[in-house]
Amino acid sequence: MSDLRELYQEVILDHSRHPRNFGHHEPSNREAKGHNPLCGDQLKIYALVEDGRIKDVSFEGRGCAISTASASMMTEMLKGRTEQEAEEIFNRFHAVVTGEQDIGDDEAEQGEGGLDKLRVLAGVRDYPMRVKCATLAWHTLKAALEAKGGSTVVTE
Amino acid sequence: MSATKQMGGAFDIARVRADFPILAEKVRGKRLAFLDSAASAQKPGAVIEALSNVYSREYANVNRGVHYLSERTTVAYDAVRGKVRKLINAGRDEEIIFTSGTTEGINLVAQSWGRANLKAGDEVLLTEMEHHSNIVPWQMLRDELGIALKVVPFGEDGALDMNAFRAALTDRTRLVAVTQVSNALGTINPVREICRLAHDAGARVLVDGAQGIPHMHTDVQAMGADFYAFSGHKLYGPTGTGVLWARADLLEAMPPWKGGGDMILSVSFARTDYAPPPHKFEAGTPNIAGVIGLGAAVDWFTGLDSKGLDAHEAEMLAYGTEGLMQVPGLKLIGTAKAKCAVLSFVLDYAHPHDIGTILDSEGVAVRTGHHCAQPVMEHFDIAATVRPSIGAYTCREDIDQLIAALGKVREMFG
Repeated sequence: MSDLRELYQEVILDHSRHPRNFGHHEPSNREAKGHNPLCGDQLKIYALVEDGRIKDVSFEGRGCAISTASASMMTEMLKGRTEQEAEEIFNRFHAVVTGEQDIGDDEAEQGEGGLDKLRVLAGVRDYPMRVKCATLAWHTLKAALEAKGGSTVVTE
Repeated sequence: MSATKQMGGAFDIARVRADFPILAEKVRGKRLAFLDSAASAQKPGAVIEALSNVYSREYANVNRGVHYLSERTTVAYDAVRGKVRKLINAGRDEEIIFTSGTTEGINLVAQSWGRANLKAGDEVLLTEMEHHSNIVPWQMLRDELGIALKVVPFGEDGALDMNAFRAALTDRTRLVAVTQVSNALGTINPVREICRLAHDAGARVLVDGAQGIPHMHTDVQAMGADFYAFSGHKLYGPTGTGVLWARADLLEAMPPWKGGGDMILSVSFARTDYAPPPHKFEAGTPNIAGVIGLGAAVDWFTGLDSKGLDAHEAEMLAYGTEGLMQVPGLKLIGTAKAKCAVLSFVLDYAHPHDIGTILDSEGVAVRTGHHCAQPVMEHFDIAATVRPSIGAYTCREDIDQLIAALGKVREMFG
């Protein structure tokens, strides 16, 4: 079970049981649907973007523990950030869960804009079939920001 | 040592298991409990050896050369039609068309028979429990020809609503496309009665046998179907193989759907005369080694003590059902009286994908997801299920390992 505990850390289980920013926060001016055809999971992301900054972000839908926790942690991480910062974090997060990059132990990661809090999700890199679970919400948010309106993103 | 009756009588699970080299493999350091045969069955040594033997000893293209190897390969390839004919009790070898699998078989019927025989306003009846491969080809035809698709629902237990079926049959119904056994629910459909009712209404019947053939005694003539499609890989044979059976008179009248070599009598730039069935429907170099491997799978399968196999699989289904029903918070999806081989379920405290990952860490291989049957998932308002499934080699230990692993799921998520 030791490997599994790496994947299903307490923080992840907590976020999946009690997702933050769950439900449609209003007002919002961006949204997108995400769909993982492998498991049938669907989620919807809502964001309020003003002056290039994500003032609020929320999500709803159903999914596995990994996708729900990742969505929940993402909303906490990105609320208040600029779109550009969000994109940089998205790119780094993506590289981390696909195993292309590691999260360092330095202070930068623990500080503002660092990925320390997302470290618990890095365990999915050992489960290639589950990486899509961890990235679904992120791809969906990216689509919401880019489309500036309704859109559907599919991970497979 | 082979577990065939020629070699030693009644169904012996230990000997059946010994035929499958992969069952001795460890996964993630654990004993493998392979409970995913409904997705694809493992292969007995006889099939693996047949594939290796073709390529090592008697391989050449079929129906072409006059040389020794071509002749040997052609004889071996064609002999498989006879094996399959016997397996499903077809009338003639020529009624056996080799395909890449059930999906291609259904598409062949849609594109050949369907386009030649259906017109706007005609109705095709499907059931709510069809696999996507028995839905999408008909939707493509609907969009092309303007035919109507009608869907017969199933009840809460997963049994087809036969009253609704009778009511849906009209004088506009041209085809009923129905699965023999549901891949997501395990429901066994009364295909014989469906064929009788459909024929009384003047409709043809296509039976999707992908999930049925490994578990049901299939006699296409007694069943009364017009088309029967199945895959080799679920019948312990190689991937990329399959069979479409259709009555000879239907095949004679059907136009070819793919053009190419091997399906012709003569070709000039002015015209082409097509070969008679089955070659009319087998354009191009076929999956030669795969088909020969399929023949080995049919030999292996028909060599089993079939009554013993039935009794064994029924016992495993009952044992698995009993075990799963003891698991707190578990709901079986699909509880029809007539059911085989599939134990779909959901847990109220964990998502199927998380369950699948934890079972995997305990060596238990199951399918999780929508099983290419999203309308079934919609019926139960779920996104996915966990689907352990049973094959000839499934044993009590596999089920015990599953139930124990579900305890780990509960530890983590319950």
